[in-house]
Amino acid sequence: MADIANLLEQQIPALRRYAYALLRDHERADDLVQDTLERALSRWALRRSDGDLRAWLFAIQRNLYVSRWRRDRRRDTAVAMEDAVLAGVPARQETVLEVHDVLAALDQLPEEQKSLLLLIGVEDFSYDEAARILGMPIGTVMSRLSRARQRLRSIVETGRTTLLRRVK
Amino acid sequence: MTGEDAAIREEDLQAYVDGRASSERQAEIEAYLAQHPDVRERVALERRQRTTLRGQLQSKFAEPVPSRLWIANIQGGRRRRLARRLGLAAAGLMLFVVGAGAGWVGASRMETASAKATPATTAVAANASAAYRTFVVEVAHPVEVDARHEAHLLQWLSRRLGKPLVAPDLARFGYRLMGGRLLPSDRGAAAQLMYDDPAGKRLTVYVRAAQGSETAFRFWHEGETSTFAWIDQGFGFAVTGGVSRDELLPIAEAVYHGLNSGQTGVQKD
Repeated sequence: MADIANLLEQQIPALRRYAYALLRDHERADDLVQDTLERALSRWALRRSDGDLRAWLFAIQRNLYVSRWRRDRRRDTAVAMEDAVLAGVPARQETVLEVHDVLAALDQLPEEQKSLLLLIGVEDFSYDEAARILGMPIGTVMSRLSRARQRLRSIVETGRTTLLRRVK
Repeated sequence: MTGEDAAIREEDLQAYVDGRASSERQAEIEAYLAQHPDVRERVALERRQRTTLRGQLQSKFAEPVPSRLWIANIQGGRRRRLARRLGLAAAGLMLFVVGAGAGWVGASRMETASAKATPATTAVAANASAAYRTFVVEVAHPVEVDARHEAHLLQWLSRRLGKPLVAPDLARFGYRLMGGRLLPSDRGAAAQLMYDDPAGKRLTVYVRAAQGSETAFRFWHEGETSTFAWIDQGFGFAVTGGVSRDELLPIAEAVYHGLNSGQTGVQKD
């Protein structure tokens, strides 16, 4: 049992990061991670022993999020954007805006695109692993990843104009 | 290599953004980008956004794991639920309900988990708890330098600790900074910041050098005194007060965020 605990605990920081990026709420993100770990423990015996533990855990968490958590996700991105600016370190205005822009912009993407960008761009899963976690063919991963990045670019561009207008 | 093989497709560009192109392909992609400034600009923006997003989420990754996510505690929760389902433990049921309501698993698990805390974290908690009990009852000189000289206090403590120290803003919990003092410890200088609320209830933030890679929050309970301690980048931190664990946890988290962001007045969330 100690081995299982050790293996799982190594993955918790990354699971918390993914959960927080999806939910944008610290408490609820930890609730999701807790659900994920409980499910992993209860299904430990069913896990393919040759399978990758990290990908398995992320698949559980993503499925839990999609099936149960997505519905009541916090949606006040406008507030989150202002918080980000207020809490930002007194750096050059432009830097602060660029930092909060990407995370806030991500919030406006559909879950699938968001997960693609997080799993591949932040968690460093290969395209193959991401395809398995998200249950889609690798060709689909590539085309949707491209579309997700395209949308992120356009949202950040419009988001920045809005915010600058409000700041003025 | 034929011309068709060398043709750069969208998935090559994505692989380039992710740093996943083979070194051979990488060179071909770069040659292509050199001739297509519009694509180059787009790809550069996508790379920048990728980096920004990673940076933005890095602090979440580096946070101490809260104790309710420790596997031992989750396993404890599962065992209690199983016991409840089997109708075996009425007392265990109470414990679980109370714990779950507060977002925590039962108290007995907490103590078990604390017992397994690494010596470094335990030592920090013990030192902080002792320092708290010494000075919390002090009427004449609770602090060495008071909050009117906050800048001087922090500069002094930072220099002695060899670490830039800020005083986290705990106003939203009703606590304001009274001041602080320098203390000896077996790891060199230690700093204690003391706060109080309008009713005169005091709590302390304790910092000293400590080794250990484990960053989880550890809870320590001694009489009426609760302490959360953790290790972060060569320093041990502890928040101690005569309040319950549930009351202290959000304060400890705010202190963690406050110290980590290197600014005062930071708001969690």
